[in-house]
Amino acid sequence: MSAGVLVVAESRQGELREVSRELLSLGAELAGASGGGLSVAVIGSGAERFAAELQAPGVTEVLTVSAPTEHFEAHVWERAVEGLIESEDPAVILCGHTIDSLGFAPALAARLGLGFATDVTSVSWSEVGPRVHRGAYGDKLSAQLAFGGKKHTLLTVRPGIFAPAEPGDGSAAVRAVEVDLSGTARTEHLGFVEAAASGVDITKAEFLLSIGRGIEDKDNIPRFQELADRLGATLSSSRPLVDAGWMDSSRQVGQSGKTVKPRLYLAMGISGAVQHLAGMRGADTIIAVNSDPEAPIFGVAHFGAVADMFEVADELEDALG
Amino acid sequence: MKIVVCVKQVAALDDEFELREDGLGVDPDSLERDLNEWDSFSLEAALQLREQVGGDGHEVVAVTVGDEEAEDALLGCLARGADRAVRVWDEDVLARGDVLVTARALAAAVSREEPDLVLCGVQSSDAVNGATGTAVAGLLGLPRVAVVKQLEFDSAAGTVTVARELEGGLVERLRIALPALLTIQTGINEPGYATLRAIKQAREKPLEALEPSDLGLDPGELERVAGARLEAMAPPERGAGAEMLEGSPAEQANRILELVRERVTS
Repeated sequence: MSAGVLVVAESRQGELREVSRELLSLGAELAGASGGGLSVAVIGSGAERFAAELQAPGVTEVLTVSAPTEHFEAHVWERAVEGLIESEDPAVILCGHTIDSLGFAPALAARLGLGFATDVTSVSWSEVGPRVHRGAYGDKLSAQLAFGGKKHTLLTVRPGIFAPAEPGDGSAAVRAVEVDLSGTARTEHLGFVEAAASGVDITKAEFLLSIGRGIEDKDNIPRFQELADRLGATLSSSRPLVDAGWMDSSRQVGQSGKTVKPRLYLAMGISGAVQHLAGMRGADTIIAVNSDPEAPIFGVAHFGAVADMFEVADELEDALG
Repeated sequence: MKIVVCVKQVAALDDEFELREDGLGVDPDSLERDLNEWDSFSLEAALQLREQVGGDGHEVVAVTVGDEEAEDALLGCLARGADRAVRVWDEDVLARGDVLVTARALAAAVSREEPDLVLCGVQSSDAVNGATGTAVAGLLGLPRVAVVKQLEFDSAAGTVTVARELEGGLVERLRIALPALLTIQTGINEPGYATLRAIKQAREKPLEALEPSDLGLDPGELERVAGARLEAMAPPERGAGAEMLEGSPAEQANRILELVRERVTS
């Protein structure tokens, strides 16, 4: 059985994405345990320009796959990774649990009958190959999975869990892998649209009061805007309030919104979906107020209050006079 | 135009849940069940497209892999305007199946419909794989776009122009020809509600219950497509966790204000 590890790097608009280096540190650890090599592949037209940046401790080889498209295209990437599995025979393929991966990794796993798990938060090597943990029921539980009998296992790894790899000494060889990708694209790229720069820049705020589903009604928002003003905080929110049209998207914290690192993040009525936590776990101090003692937000908060957000708001207003 | 919407009846944990004795799941009595939030948006997208195309002969079919209780979710879809529903289940392989097993069963049910468009939610709120829709597309060889937050159908060209939501608020615009599969993100539309009358009438609409063998799937083969084997399920290690602020809401509020002064103002 092969014991090699293949990391699939991710880039966007000419830049390597941070998750790629996180996968390299996990990959090095895993390859150390399995005794296999660690290779990292980068796909796209001009893939070789990332080769130097992908040098990292433990990396034995940097593989480049030239694609007809510069931008990620799900069907092209699916075929490229399939080609890499055929030529490199890795035991484990590591991708980020990212929007790009969501577009191709499950299709490849289903089609080839790979071992497969998404959004994994830990990976170890056991006598039966890789073993992983991932969240269940909104991270209130953790599931342990194994892949006995699978020759190749594709894992999408949650970003922000593993420390990025240190720079390497440049000793890994760079090799071009030929995969015929002509005619595999099934979508036409029309362009990127940047998030509108309107509204407030919540990434600059030192203190965010952030509200979530617990707010229950649009009519309650002005009250929390006023509370934020009196506290000297900027108001932000989790995704559902933006989806509902109650808050402007410029105030959304999370994977698809802004990543914030304020000195203080006061979360009220936010349970803490993975995508939200990804955007705020870097805050210096996190205080969470939520009525559900099992809410995942308490797993990342420094201080927690199991309480009704409205009762706490009443008391905050009283205390502020 | 025929649109298939793949839906799931999800389960949320009660505040005080119990694990099953075999440690491989949750006691069913500890679960509250509902239509997956993402699927509510994809159903709405399908209903709006049917409306846009107009005229007769267009169909929205809701398909699920789920037990008998999941018919509540399908009846909800029918009440909101789906024309038909299909449920696939068996108490053996599908009950224990992972995302790839579910995708294989869904793919068989979808393929039988020969749809022009397949819509799935980006992910389910309980399993949060984010994988089912794209896996179905892979199995059926359908072109797809994952995480769509905007879509425009051009009936003359037979194409859909979509906005794919990327990290950090960036959006990619793409065009894709039908037949295709899209996974739909929350916030793409405003899901409607069913009237009481429609809820009653939903029971008159066709709802088919199938087993894998009805779709030509061999149970042994289906079992082998599983991507992973569940070894254990348990509360996660939380690390040190939060320091809990005890006391009345007034005491909690005072402590929060102290922290604000200490950590922001100073």
